[in-house]
Amino acid sequence: MSRVEELVKGVLAGEKRSIAKAITIVENNQEEAQRLIALIYPHTGKAHVIGLTGPGGAGKSTLIEKMIKEYRRRGKTVGVVAVDPTSPFTGGAFLGDRIRMQELSTDEGVFIRSMATRNNPGGIAKATKDAVKILDAAGKDVIIVETVGAGQSEVEIVKVAQTIIVMHAPGLGDEIQAIKAGLMEIADIFVVNKADRENSDKAVMDIQAMLQLDEREKAWNPPIVKTVALTGEGVPQLLEKIEEHRQFLQKELLHKKSWEKAEAELIEAIRDKVTSSIIEKLKRERRFEKVLQQIVNREIDPATAAEKLLNQELE
Amino acid sequence: MQSGRKIRVLIAKPGLDSHDRGAKVVARALRDAGMEVIYTGLRQTPEQIVETALQEDVDVIGLSILSGAHMALFPRIMELLKEKGLTDVLVFAGGIIPEEDIPELKKIGIKEVFGPGTPTEKIIKYVFENAPKRA
Amino acid sequence: MFDKQKIEEIAKERERWEKSTLPNWIKQCPERQKEFRNHSGFTIKGLYTPEDVKNLDYMRDLGFPGEYPFTRGLHATMYRGRLWTMRMFAGYGTAEDTNKRFKYLLSEGETGLSTAFDYPTIMGYDSDHPMARGEVGVCGVAISSLQDMEVLFNGIPLDKVTTSMTINGPASVLLAMYIAVGDKQGVPREKLGGTTQNDNLKEFFAQKLCIFPPKPSLKLSVDVIEYCARHLPKWNPISISGYHIREAGATAVQELAFTLYDGIAYVEETLKRGLKVDEFAPRLSFFFASHNDFFEEIAKFRAARRLWARIMKERFHAKNPRSMWMRMHVQTSGCTLTAQQPLNNIVRTTIQALAAVLGGTQSLHTNSFDEALCLPTEESVRVALRTQQIIAYESGVANTVDPLAGSYYVEALTNEMEEKAMEYIQKIDDMGGVIPAIEKGFFQKEIAESAYRYQKEIEEKKRILVGVNEYAIEGEECPVKLLRVDPSVEKKQVERLQKLKRERDNRKVKEVLEKLHYAAERDENLMPTIIEAVKAYATLGEIMDILRKVYGEYKELIII
Repeated sequence: MSRVEELVKGVLAGEKRSIAKAITIVENNQEEAQRLIALIYPHTGKAHVIGLTGPGGAGKSTLIEKMIKEYRRRGKTVGVVAVDPTSPFTGGAFLGDRIRMQELSTDEGVFIRSMATRNNPGGIAKATKDAVKILDAAGKDVIIVETVGAGQSEVEIVKVAQTIIVMHAPGLGDEIQAIKAGLMEIADIFVVNKADRENSDKAVMDIQAMLQLDEREKAWNPPIVKTVALTGEGVPQLLEKIEEHRQFLQKELLHKKSWEKAEAELIEAIRDKVTSSIIEKLKRERRFEKVLQQIVNREIDPATAAEKLLNQELE
Repeated sequence: MQSGRKIRVLIAKPGLDSHDRGAKVVARALRDAGMEVIYTGLRQTPEQIVETALQEDVDVIGLSILSGAHMALFPRIMELLKEKGLTDVLVFAGGIIPEEDIPELKKIGIKEVFGPGTPTEKIIKYVFENAPKRA
Repeated sequence: MFDKQKIEEIAKERERWEKSTLPNWIKQCPERQKEFRNHSGFTIKGLYTPEDVKNLDYMRDLGFPGEYPFTRGLHATMYRGRLWTMRMFAGYGTAEDTNKRFKYLLSEGETGLSTAFDYPTIMGYDSDHPMARGEVGVCGVAISSLQDMEVLFNGIPLDKVTTSMTINGPASVLLAMYIAVGDKQGVPREKLGGTTQNDNLKEFFAQKLCIFPPKPSLKLSVDVIEYCARHLPKWNPISISGYHIREAGATAVQELAFTLYDGIAYVEETLKRGLKVDEFAPRLSFFFASHNDFFEEIAKFRAARRLWARIMKERFHAKNPRSMWMRMHVQTSGCTLTAQQPLNNIVRTTIQALAAVLGGTQSLHTNSFDEALCLPTEESVRVALRTQQIIAYESGVANTVDPLAGSYYVEALTNEMEEKAMEYIQKIDDMGGVIPAIEKGFFQKEIAESAYRYQKEIEEKKRILVGVNEYAIEGEECPVKLLRVDPSVEKKQVERLQKLKRERDNRKVKEVLEKLHYAAERDENLMPTIIEAVKAYATLGEIMDILRKVYGEYKELIII
């Protein structure tokens, strides 16, 4: 049995070491990754994937810890993927989200993995999606993907999930502005943490006001759940709402969402394959460099150059 | 280093020792050198440290301790790493560890001990040169 | 203080000197660095003149010792009347071991006791707790019950000594034990003197010994302040600490500002309990580090006194001059000690101790030269104590009050220190106070940045560490004998604990622990109940477990 097959066997058995190694493969190695995903893909689609995002300081990690504890109390197994940004200058990353969840690292039914965005446009979202698939195939009932809701790529990451929770907390500065426009639209549930603070009600009202501005017909009205992550207050209610959303999806949209996700992933996969194979061929045949020189000399613009190359290619 | 592949390092604080200035400075230095650093936070049991290393599939573990309890905690950590099959992970240590304890620690598998005053450059170089080369 | 015209004359002459004498000299002998900065980042000029202190008003800014604003000292005669307390931090192994070390230090001339507890005790665990494995008695004394405390002070009359205890989360428990020992010795409670560190705020961003979340931690600290204000008039309920903030990597001005702000927070919280400021403020005390930059540290201590006096007068309207006193204990800086060529540390500690004395401290601990390697041996701690005694008796610096006052450099530095600290204080005020700042990670970020910058300076040789990045010895061997704690300590402690639990009245213990649980849920001042509990020989861990149940445990915010 090849290494990949061994790992897949381990993943399907829920064996932690195999899960860990499999995630490393999808993060790094293109060849084996595709093979691995191909083998586990038929076993995915069972887990409920939750995306949790929001500004730093809102208390995401603390909330996740309480969510995990509550899920465990209810007999569910949980996987967590905690994503942190890679420094664009050094290429390194500090992955500190699991600190708040460390108590749970020795719980058999919990698997926590920290991932860096690695600044690959489109690349990280793929690696995170694949890590989620692995945890799904390994039998986790619930998978939580945590990111800082700051940039564009974070919105991408969150599209990995079926239920998207956008979190906020009072006193983080520029109140509602802190929730970027993109996140407001994709949220299925809003959480206002630190609900024991005086200005938490204002945060709730701000979100309600923004929701009212959105006049589209909606089949699902995102509820706002108040929590005190430090004590766990509000977490059972949050899990109820998540479950409600899951049932709503199953009835209404799951098929549509699955379809949309599949389409997005297929198009991305085609794009990746096409660009990498074409560009490799062009580079091998030296036409690439010739055209680059023309662009630098300002003899031709990039878009026209691309057209030319592709037309030559397709002839 | 393969394109995209990063060295993943776990910086851990075993036991009750609460001095984290050094651990944080080293974590930051390793990050600035392009590595992915997972930090456990304070007061980790050997079980938590090893489990974290396993789930995060780290290449390197750095153990920081200044309380004097290293001779009780490190052997347990190395034992657990062996049990869980993590024998190819590079383990180094730092903090207040008397010279006379170092031979014993090396015997149980701690590859290097970096005492007070070690420049972070030295640690970075060491990790780059000694981290396991994995496929 | 200076004539305006004279200042202008000096300024003119200084310009002339800068244009002629100075450049000629620099041509022959260029300066060693492009610029000189102290740890706080202040630019240090080549020369200070009356111009630098032209706005100094003697009565407003310096005054006389023993009078507001106390810049020159809290007492009119300072060390001419009474030397600072020589209080050496000590503790390791069992209570018997530390009792021995206490008696040794007292016999060698120290004038106050200071207790170091082991990590399990500090975190509120008994010696037999799973988290205590390998840590019992290793970096301090193991105290799990009143029984251990009684052994610790065996033969030490509590009406004849003052004792400082470095304990924070469990401070109320250790204080209760101390009170119980005093009761047993027949010492009236009003005579008990000493200090509990009890500064839970700094734990969140410096010493990191936090057990409970910020709000209950603050409550427990204030419980002790309130209790002592009413029942223990000679006890310093809190030692508001900058030492650990500095050791975690902060600069001198950050150490000053963050400590003062913690002080402000404690005063505000205690006022909320209905006490008047003059009822408790005289017993608030402070704890600072003394680091390498000699004049920076002296300026820091003087600025601290003046700033606190102003804060107490203007912000809190204290009337009693004693409420405005910044009484401080200083410890020479541990993080400046090197493992390389450890004997050099004696020199470092001496310079740092001298700065503390010239800064007017009330109490001083000097580090032993081997502390970058292990806990101090009898020999090394004796040298550290002698360092203080030599300064006191041989150097002459203690024979006049605040000798550096009027130095253009020191006064300019003191002013700048105060100014920059006030900027920080304003910033934290704007953030809404200390707890919002902790939650935003403000202190943690400042400290992490300073720590990283310091390390980089050392690695780039912008900052020289003798014996480490310069004048190092290749293949150096450790020249000193190290203190090792006997591993059988843990076994002994565990046996003793088990015996205690068998022989005490367990029904009574159960009752009082339930009483404690009830009181904690009702947000009462827990001191009286805790005293009852320790007297019933409930253990430290048992008491802290109740509090953990009620308050929850804390997980820190990490900023590197």
